[in-house]
Amino acid sequence: MKFAVPVFPGSNCDHDMVNALRDILNADADLVPATTTDLAEYDAVILPGGFSYGDYLRSGAIARFAPVMTAVKTFAVTGKPVMGICNGFQILTEAGLLPGALQANRSAQFICETSELRVCNVETQFTSDYAADARLQLPIAHGEGNYYCDDATLADLQANHQIVFEYVTNPNGSVANIAGIVNRQGNVLGMMPHPERAVEALLGSTDGLGIFKSLLAHHEEVAHA
Amino acid sequence: MYLAKVYVTYKESILDPKGEAVHDALHRLGYTNVDAVELGKYFEIKLTAGKQPVEAEVDEMCDRLLANVNMESYRYEITEMEA
Repeated sequence: MKFAVPVFPGSNCDHDMVNALRDILNADADLVPATTTDLAEYDAVILPGGFSYGDYLRSGAIARFAPVMTAVKTFAVTGKPVMGICNGFQILTEAGLLPGALQANRSAQFICETSELRVCNVETQFTSDYAADARLQLPIAHGEGNYYCDDATLADLQANHQIVFEYVTNPNGSVANIAGIVNRQGNVLGMMPHPERAVEALLGSTDGLGIFKSLLAHHEEVAHA
Repeated sequence: MYLAKVYVTYKESILDPKGEAVHDALHRLGYTNVDAVELGKYFEIKLTAGKQPVEAEVDEMCDRLLANVNMESYRYEITEMEA
């Protein structure tokens, strides 16, 4: 399975992601520049965390116009998995690939801590490796991670089981304790916590591994179907 | 040449923690009569008439980039500048 990790000016979790994929999961992973226009050779795309384009204007607002995002949209339509972590989640909402928006944390502070999550939906290609209702310890590090959507959108997310991760204790003011959602088709995931920073005991938690293992297992399944 | 002044503010349902911090700071300075502070963004855009009317173009810029209409609203004033 071959992963693409787009690198925007200001991305800073791109190498952590590639480290997790290559060194821990023995998967193929390429850093690809934001100018890339074709992702067809890849099986999955992961938009990394950071401060793309300095987060000028709004987080993700400028990145969404980078050439690679046109390629990501084309890629997502094929049904292959696309995942956005932290700034990647912000970019996916700005690009319209996921509903809602990420606004400033309720406390107005940048929050950098370990958060406890509940896996709300294990029927996705990102979460099948987890037990139902599993509790995860994953790091968060964001100033604008407060998920917002209007009531109609929230009702849609709930009705379609699109809320995949929720905070056990809400750190930032997110609507309905939302930490991560998928699109209606289930192949685009956005989440504020950092699974790539929880892949070996040395990092304090290995709870992030399940997401990558789920993706690898799903890829195997599709390949042998 | 035109000058478009664009104001982007949070919708009412959106928290504005930075505005609240400024509100609290004003109170600490003794301006206890301050009832509310809203902190938004202000753009001055100088442009020439393009393919479409200036107003329509500025409106499109707001929708596509300057504001995130999920959580922000915008208004603008357009004036013609002396050449």
